[in-house]
This record gives sequence, structure tokens and C-alpha cells, in this order.
Amino acid sequence: MNEMENILVVNNLQTTFKTDAGDIRAVDGVSFTVPKGKTIGIVGESGSGKSITSLTILRLLASNGRVNGGEVLFKGKDLLKLPEKAMREIRGNQISMIFQEPMTSLNPVYTVGQQIGETIQIHKKVGKKEAIQQSIEMLKLVGIPSPEKRVKQYPHELSGGMRQRVMIAMALACDPEILIADEPTTALDVTIQAQILELIKDLQNRLGMSVIMITHDLGVVAETCDYVAVMYAGQVVEYSDVRSLFKNPKHPYTLGLLNSLPRHDIEQEKLIPIKGMVPSPHEMPVGCRFAPRCPVATELCHNKMPQLLNTNDSNAEQIRCWMFSDEWDGDSEVTLYGEKRTIKG
Amino acid sequence: MTKYIIRRLLQTIPVLLGVSILVFSLMFLIPGDPAQVMAGEGASAQTVENLREKLGLNDPAYVQYGRYLSSALQGDLGNSIRSGRPVMEEIQTRFWVTLEVAIYSTILAVFIGLIAGIISAVRHYTLTDVSIMIIALFGLSMPNFWLGLLLIQWFALGNLPFDIPFPEFLKMRPSGWGDTWRQMVLPVITLGTGGAAIIARMTRSSMLEVIGQDYIRTARAKGVSERVVIYRHALKNALIPVVTIIGLEFGGFLGGAVLTETIFAINGMGRLTIDAIRQRDFPVVQGTVLVISLLFVVVNLLVDISYKFLNKRIDLN
Repeated sequence: MNEMENILVVNNLQTTFKTDAGDIRAVDGVSFTVPKGKTIGIVGESGSGKSITSLTILRLLASNGRVNGGEVLFKGKDLLKLPEKAMREIRGNQISMIFQEPMTSLNPVYTVGQQIGETIQIHKKVGKKEAIQQSIEMLKLVGIPSPEKRVKQYPHELSGGMRQRVMIAMALACDPEILIADEPTTALDVTIQAQILELIKDLQNRLGMSVIMITHDLGVVAETCDYVAVMYAGQVVEYSDVRSLFKNPKHPYTLGLLNSLPRHDIEQEKLIPIKGMVPSPHEMPVGCRFAPRCPVATELCHNKMPQLLNTNDSNAEQIRCWMFSDEWDGDSEVTLYGEKRTIKG
Repeated sequence: MTKYIIRRLLQTIPVLLGVSILVFSLMFLIPGDPAQVMAGEGASAQTVENLREKLGLNDPAYVQYGRYLSSALQGDLGNSIRSGRPVMEEIQTRFWVTLEVAIYSTILAVFIGLIAGIISAVRHYTLTDVSIMIIALFGLSMPNFWLGLLLIQWFALGNLPFDIPFPEFLKMRPSGWGDTWRQMVLPVITLGTGGAAIIARMTRSSMLEVIGQDYIRTARAKGVSERVVIYRHALKNALIPVVTIIGLEFGGFLGGAVLTETIFAINGMGRLTIDAIRQRDFPVVQGTVLVISLLFVVVNLLVDISYKFLNKRIDLN
């Protein structure tokens, strides 16, 4: 392990869903680490398995979902092997989660105070009155004006941004060590998005927790994350710190993703989309999952699945691409999205 | 809230007016002459004619209706042709019996229906779920009169199927109401099971919908136990359509337990109605239908008010 303490280590996670059309491997070999106090972004398109990864960590999968393998080490303990009761003590207490849809994520029949208070009552074993008092403090912390009044209100009386703040207050009520934020700003107005991200960052600095930021928005990654795991079709294809990812993206998919974004630092005539479509979960390619869309894919890429490997001596940078292995059978110089590259192998 | 209740009560007036017109005109469409019935088969034409005149049956329809309505508003629904007693009095004595049957049946239906529905939803698509839903389908499809007769055969007469010896402590009384609990068991089961089946199915589908909601996932992510997720977070949200059904069932028990009351010889509203129809006792028929409609309206009002307590988003005003 590095000099830095990793609070969460996800190793080769595999999650499948039973459907009428057969089993779907939604998460297939996902690995990443979450250093203490840092923010890691999990970025990918819809259906890439990023939300399922986070639900698997907390073991909140729907009843047709199953974990087939891998481990989720939280402070050295494998969460996948804990009994349900021990897992409940972790949820909302040491690891908590906020969701994409603040409009529907709060129970409509209970007040804000009752819902935040419930978490506090369960985990801190305090009485109702004390819980409500602490809820008010939490509302204050997340910047909700007149919290004494808000605590008695029902979710429908609050705006979307307010509700997300309530969700954050609820998630942070028991000082968690990890906050999983599953697309926390996707459903909000742009102005509110910035406020919520700012709030999460600010609270992270004050409370010292780690954050797993799940998003499809590279802008959010750039603003908030220290490390990034890029996911494609249920796998992590690249993991690195945020600076090198933006400066020197390695995986062709990451490169394509960045190229399809507008940038203001260079002049672009038009944005270059990645050709093709995400493979259907029922018909995953045998080889590299990105191969059908990759401009430089070789026979090797189509036939054999690459592993997630370290690019240098530390495990701070990992990549799942044949180009970076000794087995690479293509040219030693390739052009990717208009950029010339020399291949290491 | 008070404003809402008053407004809803005012809204019931046109409904009841409509019902009274319907009930009143129905009498003209049904063959048979009440005066003839009252006077008896062998009465002379003159006697019948005198009686018609006395009862006002020769007046134009709208005059009869106006007369009926104005006295009804004063709580006078006329006199029974058969017994000569005021209809209001007849209804009052029968009403309490029916209300009691309805309350017990509803309690049984809600108790069984809610539990079965929740279990079914929590274990959906398992053998338990499928078994409960098949039983519910039976309960739903079984005609009350048939179930009633079957229960009498089995538990009152002691003729269990397949030559099973009959344990004496299960012996129930086949008729009447209220003297001993052994009289009350069979009719309550007869009425309650059908209601339970409907409530179970509604609870199941409503719970399944709620369990899929985002806020249920939030509750689980908070570390709440599965029991609390189901009973605290899901059930309260799932109850709204169920309460509607419970209200309708209760209303139905109040007005429509005609067959069950007849089979078990219970002197309730249903039997009063059916006897009145058989004997062409028009004022009684009119009175019972009117009262039953009024009860239905009141039950529905209560259901609507209960929504407010279940769902804070509903603004009654």
C-alpha cells in the first residue's frame, strides 16, 4: 500500500442481474481505491455500471442483483462478507449515500426533521427530542435558512436544491467516513449544481471524509475530484489522479470522452464524437469491450480481454488497454482522434 | 378542514336528490300495485281504488315526489305498507345490526387483507406470494351466498367434507345475530373473506409500487432495518389506495349484505330491503335505498378526510 491510507479498496467487483432475457453482468471486474480524505470520481456513460458499483458497495442492490465476486475492503473489513445487521450499522453511519433524484429520494409522508432524526436515532442511540435538535444543527450546517421552521416541513414544501441539501444533511448526520454521491447534481439547475458541489467540498474539508463522486460529467470531475476511475461497459478502463487524466489521458475511451467535450483553451472546429454505441449488456464483446468503437483496435483487442494493469511502479495509475502491454501487436505509432502517439510496448 | 367537510356535505345534496328521484321513479316502472298488495288478493276493485286515493297514488308523479321529499327532509320516510310502522323506525332497529355485522366484517377483512398483501409484496414472485394470490383469487370469485351455505353445512350442521370427524368446539349457530358469538362467526367470515381478498390484492400491488420508489432506497441507505422499511416507510405510502378500497368494502357491507343477511336470517338492512321488495312495500324500499346511499356518501367522505392524514401533499381545500 502507498504512504497514503486507503479507507476503501474495491477489488475486482462483479455484479450480475437476473433478467428474463438472461443474466446481465452490470459490473465486471471493477477495482479502485479511495484514499482517506480524498475525492474519487467514478465517471462513465449511462449504463456503464457506475451507480451499480456504488449500490454494490453498500449492498443495496435490487432483489434480482447478486455479487458474484470481488471484495470491498472498508478499513480492512470485507463489506461483502458482513452479516446484514453489521452492514446496517455501517450504512448511513460510516458510509452514507446521496442520490440523483432529490425530488423522489425523500419520503413524502414524513417531515424533514423526522427523516434526518431517524438516522441519528438509529446510529447515535439518542432520544427523539435530541435527534430533532441535532437535525436542526445539520440543516444549519448544510446552509438551509431558518432550520427551526424547515425541520417541521414536508419534502414537497422544499425546492429541489433544498431537498438535496436535506439529503446531504441526512447523509452527514452521523459523521460518515465515506460519502457516496451518486450524480448529486444531475437533476438540479446549473446554478444550484455549483452550490451543491461547493457545499460537498466545503463539508469534506471541514469533516475530513472521503467522497466517491459518481457522475457522467467530466466538468464535475475536474472541479471536485482528486482521483478518477473511468468506467466503460461495467469495467474500470482507466484509474489515475485527476491531473494526469486531463493532461495525459491514456485509454482511447478516455481520450475520446475528453475530445467530445468543448474546451476553451484550444480552438476546435467541431467536437469529435466517439463512433458507435455502448455494447448491449447481453452481447458483450469477447475481447476489449471498447474494441468495436476503438480507432486503433487490433486482432488482439477483439479477441482477448485486457486486464487492469499498473502503468508504472505504483498503483496510482492503472489502465485496461493492450496498447500499454508488452503483448501489443499493432503499430508502434498510432493516431488517435488526430493525436499522434508512441506506444510503449 | 372544517370548510372542506362542509363543502363536501353540501356536495352530497345533489347526489341524494338524484338518488331519491331515481328510487321514486323506479316504483312506477316496477309492475304491481301497492294498493292491491295492501288490500289483499280478494279485495274488490272499489276497496283498492279507495286505498289508492287514501295513499295518494292517484296524484300526478311530481306531486307524489314533492310530498315524499318534503316529509323525507323532516325525517319522515312514510309508513310501511305492511306493518304500518314509520319507515324510519323500521330502519333504525335494523341499522344497528347491519352496522355491527359490517364493522366486524371490515375488521376481519382489513386484518387478513393487509397482512396477506404485505407478505405477498415483500416476498413477491415466491411460492408464498403465488399461494396467497391464488387463495385471494378464490376468495374474490366465490359468491357470498355459496360460501355462506358451505360454512353452514360444515360448521353449523357439522357435515365436514371427506368424513372428517367434527370437533364440537367448532360448532357455530347458523342463524340470527348478537345473542352469542357463535351466531356471529359465520356471517362475519362469509362477508370478511371476500373483502380480505380485494384488500390483499390492492395492498400487494400498492406496496410493490412503493417498494420500488427512490425513498425506500434512501431508507435502506440510512441503515434502517427491513422491518422498519416495510412498516414505517413503505406501508404508510401504500395505504392510500387501500383505504379507498376499505371504504368501498365497508359501504358495501352496510348496503349490500342482502344475500348474507338472508342466508343467516339476520334482521338487518339487507333483509329489510329484500323483504320490502318482495312484499312491494314501496316506502320501505325507498327509505332503505335512500339511507344506504347516504351511508355510502358519508363513508366516502371519511375516506377522503383520512387521505389528509396519510398524505401530506393532499390539500383538501
